[in-house]
Order: sequence, then C-alpha cells, then structure tokens
Amino acid sequence: MLEYEKNSLTEEIENLVKQYGSDRPALLQILQSVQRKHKYVSDFAQQEIARLLNIHPVEVYSVISFYSFICSVPKGRNIVRLCRTISCDMAGKENVESAVKRELGINFGETTSDKRITLEYTNCLGMCDQGPAMLVNDQVYTHLNPETAVNILNGIK
Amino acid sequence: MSKRENIRIPVSQQPFTVSKPEDTTTIGGTVTVQINEKKISVPLGTTILEACRQNQIHIPTLCHHEDLCIAGVCRICVVDVEGMRTLQTACSFPITTPIKIHTSTPMVRKARRHIIDLLLSEHYGECYSCFRNGNCELQSLAKEYGVDGYTFGHTDKPQYKVDRSSSAVVRDMSKCILCKRCVRTCIDLQEVGVLEAINRGHDTHIGTFLDKPLADVICINCGQCINRCPTAALRANDPSDEIWEAIDNPQKHVIIQTAPSPRAAIGEEFGIEAGHSFTGELNTALRRIGFDKVFDTNFTADLTIIEEGTELLNRLKKAIVDKDSSVKLPQFTSCSPGWIKFIEHFYPEYLDYLSTAKSPQQMFGAIMKTFYAKQTGIDPADIVTVALMPCSAKKFECNRPEMNASGFKDIDYGLTTREMAKMIREAGIYLPEMPKSNFDEPFGDASGAGLIFGATGGVMEAALRTVYELVTGREVPFKNLAIEPCRGFAGVKQASVRLEGCVEQYKFLEGVELKFVVAHGTANAKKVMEMLRKGELSDVHFVEIMACPGGCLGGGGQPIPTNAEIRKKRAQAIYAEEESLSVRKSHENPHIKYIYENFLTEGPCGKLSHKLLHTHYLKRGKFIS
Repeated sequence: MLEYEKNSLTEEIENLVKQYGSDRPALLQILQSVQRKHKYVSDFAQQEIARLLNIHPVEVYSVISFYSFICSVPKGRNIVRLCRTISCDMAGKENVESAVKRELGINFGETTSDKRITLEYTNCLGMCDQGPAMLVNDQVYTHLNPETAVNILNGIK
Repeated sequence: MSKRENIRIPVSQQPFTVSKPEDTTTIGGTVTVQINEKKISVPLGTTILEACRQNQIHIPTLCHHEDLCIAGVCRICVVDVEGMRTLQTACSFPITTPIKIHTSTPMVRKARRHIIDLLLSEHYGECYSCFRNGNCELQSLAKEYGVDGYTFGHTDKPQYKVDRSSSAVVRDMSKCILCKRCVRTCIDLQEVGVLEAINRGHDTHIGTFLDKPLADVICINCGQCINRCPTAALRANDPSDEIWEAIDNPQKHVIIQTAPSPRAAIGEEFGIEAGHSFTGELNTALRRIGFDKVFDTNFTADLTIIEEGTELLNRLKKAIVDKDSSVKLPQFTSCSPGWIKFIEHFYPEYLDYLSTAKSPQQMFGAIMKTFYAKQTGIDPADIVTVALMPCSAKKFECNRPEMNASGFKDIDYGLTTREMAKMIREAGIYLPEMPKSNFDEPFGDASGAGLIFGATGGVMEAALRTVYELVTGREVPFKNLAIEPCRGFAGVKQASVRLEGCVEQYKFLEGVELKFVVAHGTANAKKVMEMLRKGELSDVHFVEIMACPGGCLGGGGQPIPTNAEIRKKRAQAIYAEEESLSVRKSHENPHIKYIYENFLTEGPCGKLSHKLLHTHYLKRGKFIS
C-alpha cells in the first residue's frame, strides 16, 4: 500500500471514530463503513482501527472473521450469494447453481478473472416461500430459474 | 473477587458480574441457598461455583481459571437450578436470590458426559503420545466421568498444521478445545493480545492476527498461555533432544545453570506439594544426567545487580551532578525477556529507559564462553551452555542474534522447568530422593540477593541492598534485610528509601529520597508505562518489571497448574531458602569480587563489561506487516 493511500485511510478511520465514538461498540459500525467503501478491510485498516479504539488488532480480525459480510481480503466488485438452505435447495437451487457456475466459469468461493463477480453461498435469506433466492450485493432476487439467474448476472457491471 | 481486580472484564461479561457487598452483615448482604439439600449462606453475588467450592462440593470445570475472568463457554460445570428451564453454568451464575441447586441429577450427569464426548470428538491425538499425558484436564475429566468410548466419534486427522514458527511457543490447534483460556490470558491478564477466536461456528479456531504464524505477530513469548491451557494445544519449544545429544557427545563440555524459580517449583512435577525447594537434590540429579558442570544463575544475578546498580548510580550522578537533561530516569530493569519484547513492541520510544545490562542468563553464557573457557582451557566452541529457566521467553532471548559478544552464542539452549523434569524422569531419577549436593565452583556460591530474583520485587530488593550500602556504607534500614515494600503480590508497588549519611564518593545523593516502583505481569507494566507517559514517574528512580504474574516463579515454563495460591507458596519457599544463606548481598559475593579483580578489571560498566554483559534493544513497534 502506498504512503498517501495509508494516510487517507487513516484520516478516513479517524473521521469514523469521531462519528461513532472510540469505544468497542463502535467497532462494527466502523468496519461496516470501511467495508462499504473499500469492499474489504485491509490489514492496515484493521490495525489502524485497533489503534484508534485502543484494542488489539486480533480482536478486530476476530470480529471480521465472524461476519460473512465483512472481509479482510479483496473480492470482486459484486458479490453474488446463492441461498443453500433446505427450502431453496428443494425448490431447484441445484439447476441455478450449475447454470451460474457455467456462465461465469468459476466455482463458488471464487472470483472471476476480471474481478466483476465473486460467487458465494449463503444460509437462509428468509425467502423460503419464494425460492430459490439469490442476493446480489444488497438486492434480493427470488423465484429464480437458470435463465433468469444468468440474465441477472449478465446485467451486473 | 479481590484476586481478579487486575483483570479487565470484557463488556460481554459485565451483566454476569454482581459485585459483592462490602459489609455482608447488612440486610440482603447474604443469601441462603440450598445446594443438594444443604443450606448454605453466601454473600450476595457469589457464583454457584464459588459457593460449592467453599463447601467442598465438587463441580468439574474446564474453561474456568482462578487468574482469569469468567467465560462460561465450555458448559462442563452445568448444574440444575430449580425453576430454570435449562441447566445453568455454575461458574457464571451469580447467586442473588434464595435458589435451590442440584449438582448431580441424571440430567446434569448426562449433559456433562455429552459435553466431554463432544469435546473428544474433535480433539485430535492419542493420550500416550502427548506431552500433557497425566496432567491434562480433559483427560482427567474423561476419567472422572467414565468415558469409555467415543459416542460422537473421534477425529483421526489433524485439522490444523502445528505452528512451530516461534522459538518459544508451539501451537497445535488440533488439540484445542476452545475454552479460550489462552485468549483471556493474552488479552486480559497480560494485555498483549495475540490470540482470539477466529471464524464462527464449526470453523472456529484460536488464531492470531490474519492467522499469521506466531513468530510474525506481536507475541512476547511469556508462555502464560501454556500455563493456562488445559490440554496440549500450547506447549513450549522443547530442546531436550539436542541437549541429550550434546550430553552424549564426549567432545562437548555441557554446562547447566539453574535459576532460583525452577528449583522452588520442580518438586511439583514429582508430586510434591508446592512450596519446597529442591536445590541440592536438583544439583545431584543434573550431575547424574550427565551435565559436566552445574552452576548457579544467581551468581550472574549478583553480577547483574552490580552492573545495573552501577548503571543506576551513574545515571543519578549524570542527572544530579552534571545536570544532564538527556539522562533517562527512572531506570527500568531488563532481566525479564518477556518484558523486553513487550517494551520493544508497545513502547519503543522508551527503550532508552531500560538498563542496558543483559539478563542473568545471558551474562552467564558470556562469562562461560570467555572467562571460564580461558581459565579451564576448553575451546569455547566445545562448550554447550544450557539454562534451566522458569520461562519460555528465555528460549527466544538466547536466540537473539545480538547475544553473541564472545563470538559464540551466549546460551545455546533454554530449558523450562517442565522439560527439565521430563529429562530427569527420562534418566530414571526420582528427584525428591536424591542426596543433596552443592553447585560446582567457581560459579556456585551466590548471595541470597540473587536468589530472590525469582519473586516479584526481588531484583529491586537485591539492588537496594547493594545500592544503599554502596552509597551510605550501612545496611538497608529494614529488619533482617527483608525490604517488605518490595514483597507481596500487589500489581504495582511504590515505595522509597531516604539516603542519609552518604560516603564521600556519593555525597551528591545526600538526602535524596530513592523512589522505586515494582510491577509484575505486562498488564501492570502497561499501567506503569502509561504513568511514565503522563509524567507521573518523573521523581521515580528505579522500576522493576517482570512480565509474568508473580515474577519468575509464576513463569510460563513452570509446572502446570500455576495459580495465586501456588505462586504464594513458591515465593515463601524462595524467601525461606534466602534467609538461610550466609551471604545475602550481591557485592559481598566473593566470586563477584574475584571476577572484577581478575577479568573485568575496568570495574562495573567498564569497557569489557559493556562488550560482554550489556546489550542493545530493537525498536520493533506494533505494526504487523
């Protein structure tokens, strides 16, 4: 990471600490803000957050590793999460799954080479009555079939 | 809760903690509960576990440790509380109402058995190939609850790679049962913060920042986590195979030095109650094992006192007489390698405050490979120096690249008390039955001042005895040389001695109030450093810091278990042994005089001393790249 990038990141985290406070309960909000902006929380950012909240870096990493929606390594620009819980599974998740894999040429847990999409599984999205369901960034898509799923993926930039 | 007052209680634990009333005679101060048909009165806020322990009712525990805050994660201590829908954990249930508790119902027994079976299903390894065999809390629980098969299966493949990157601590997470004792030790007790639970659910494991190897993160190697671990997931890096090899090689001249704390604790490894020193027996045992010479680390502890004390007086002179504002005071002790690494990481800007003197262990090695080699005519390349220490950080210290002033590694191997006991057993020796014998000459006679290095405050006490006498020509004004303000297990101790009637050379110190601070455990060290940062220590002259709670006698290489009571007993053993010695001041040790007359002829802090007995420190910083 370049020096000026580090400086701007530090400044950004300092502002977040000003906004949310410098005690432990502020940690999650700060992490979410960094994640939203940078799509991941770099090791430098983690250590800066730890320094400003006066906790240990491993505690920050522990929280990050606990939550699926915060990550410590860079992923694709868009994250597609397919529900793998039982009702979606029974509603035809498998067909959607193989269509998506074939379309993108990657497996689940991987990122396309152009960094456009990262494929992941998720547990229940609460759309059990409308399965199979898929989450694209913050947007939920339901009643999927292989064709609609592929169309949705092709619409992502 | 008094003994836990130094522990930071995590936010998540605060709802479980009910502070006990100061006066239990007030109305509502005590609660009467019924445990297994027995009526018991306890102060409000006592946990069920504490109430049961006070009344000799046994409750099994795993994640609970006296030194640490409550976690309530292992669930093995579950009991039946009448009116509660589910079983409750005894360790984290504060008694606030008159409840009825049953500790051995069919449901409780079955739940505990299931918990053990579930823990075993993911606990990799076989007991007979495990270094904690016979001293494992999981093993003894399995025995207690009659586990005769793996109800939920048993993993036959290790789930994680063993992390051997650190020269001091080996982590084998396949044996971890996620009790989080090491996490609480590292974050709450020591405030170093290396370990935390990583990931969630089935994937949870105890890991470091970004799951890096232990050598790459800010670990101070204090080994307190090893001492708290109920299984063999954490252990010290054992060099005993290499040491056996050196012993069996007739070309090699193998020297061992023993520190005071292992001698006061090694009996525990042989089933003897804590609080008995086995110095004489250990000497005999070590000779029978095959060490060529058995020396006393206390000899170089005395040397440390002379060097460090002289350094302090030099600094005081510069500050008071020369009015040199660049002199750093207070001077911090540098005997504890855990503390050295702690300050290098967390307070690198204050490294100049540290005494430059090496620790007694390293001084010993330097003397062995120069003075001793010359005197005996042995090639220093053939000398193997082993140090028996209560400490895992000593293993890191002896591998520091700068510790080779003589051209050879000062100390070749650091050995912990546990590993020494293993070697003694391996040699077929039962230590407590050995005849007593003395250390070998010429580095065998040490003063009592060196001996008390093992307890927190010991270095300070030893240094004061010497410094006070050098400056005033009189003994320290304490009964029987026992400087009481230095003793005891308070986290941070502060006291002072007035210097009066100084001899000619030290007239500039006339009337000076020599102030000192003693702290043990790096959490307390942090407090002291924050005081220094705020300028509250500007009138203090000398600070002793030991990285482990209780000082060296509570070190990370000491027998398991170590707790407050055992630490107290070990301290008593050390102080009792000290009182029986004839020489109790470092500067009166005849061999110290001899070495300054014949080897270090320029005197303490002279040129040769600086080359061999002093070191420099690295600004490591906190950033993990």
